[in-house]
Amino acid sequence: MAEVKQADDGVQIDLISGERMEGMASMEKIRMILDGVHEGNIVILEEGLSPDEESKLIEVTMTEISPDEFNGIEIETYPKGDTADSGLFDRLMGKDPETKKLTVIGPANQIETLHKDETLISALVSRK
Amino acid sequence: MGLITDIRDSISRSIASLFSAEDPKRIGIYGPPNAGKTTLANRIARDWTGDAIGPESHIPHETRRARRKENVEIERDGKSVTIDVVDTPGVTTKVDYTEFLEHDMEKDDAVRRSREATEGVAEAMHWLREDVDGVLYVLDSTKDPFTQVNTMLVGIIESQDLPVLILANKTDLPESNIRRIENAFPQHETIPLSALEGDNMDEVYDKIADYFG
Ligand SMILES: Nc1nc2c(ncn2[C@@H]2O[C@H](COP(=O)(O)OP(=O)(O)OP(=O)(O)O)[C@@H](O)[C@H]2O)c(=O)[nH]1
Ligand SMILES: [Mg+2]
Repeated sequence: MAEVKQADDGVQIDLISGERMEGMASMEKIRMILDGVHEGNIVILEEGLSPDEESKLIEVTMTEISPDEFNGIEIETYPKGDTADSGLFDRLMGKDPETKKLTVIGPANQIETLHKDETLISALVSRK
Repeated sequence: MGLITDIRDSISRSIASLFSAEDPKRIGIYGPPNAGKTTLANRIARDWTGDAIGPESHIPHETRRARRKENVEIERDGKSVTIDVVDTPGVTTKVDYTEFLEHDMEKDDAVRRSREATEGVAEAMHWLREDVDGVLYVLDSTKDPFTQVNTMLVGIIESQDLPVLILANKTDLPESNIRRIENAFPQHETIPLSALEGDNMDEVYDKIADYFG
């Protein structure tokens, strides 16, 4: 992640490549995401998280919520499409389409989803 | 060879029956806040054991600790299935205590409610990864089911290969839209019901016996 300092009147956006995430352990990914979000950044993951990582992300987020400081996260991915053709074989080959979806995560009090469907996520981001 | 296989089969069968006798399947009731999970859990518990599981409320995050009702024996067509019913706190990715202030709550109480809610959701997520054998996923059928929490939770449940039934609750309300839920989760079976009125509970019990028996 480029260490761009957040300007007073701007919002930092971190676009994290699938390649960068590949070598990371689940908890490292979650830490990286939540550290960014705590600073008021919008974190965009090129390839998203696995269901297990999403579950841990929710769990860790809950433990970090603190009144008047941190309300939690807003997270958006595209809704899952037709999974009829993603069999066990694809999963074994690591080709699970559900885990390869662009994911946007931000502080709950700064990001609001305006519209979302299978192919489009539209969000409003406000300053801290 | 045949004898050994027979013995092995009979051993695994007796182990299986041992487990099914002493270890009823643990069925987690999951879903977003206010969907009617506790209302459903109470109805199931009252119908088959005579007492309730916990308080219901129109204020979200009423349930803040997973609660379990053990050995709920459901009878279907002369057979019976025994399950443990686990009512869980509504899952969310954010909790803002100031929203509780709108429900006439003092700040202290609102802050406490939000703290308990976050602990409860964390616990519910943990349970989902480790301690449940099947899921009843409850949705308020008057609400849009295409939310991130629903997408993620159903994805998590699927990734664990847990059997899941989608329950489209609150069908007694005029705005109820069952089709919208069926379309959101076409890969799963959706059952309409009103946990409050007790409508269509027979089908719910039939399917529970089918899926988790
Ligand atoms: N009309 C109608 N209202 C219902 C139904 N089921 C539940 N409710 C109402 O919805 C509200 C929430 O019900 P609960 O059972 O507390 O919901 P919950 O999912 O357990 O909520 P949390 O524990 O906060 O996550 C209450 O006011 C219930 O009376 C239903 O079938 N029809
Ligand atoms: Mg409840």
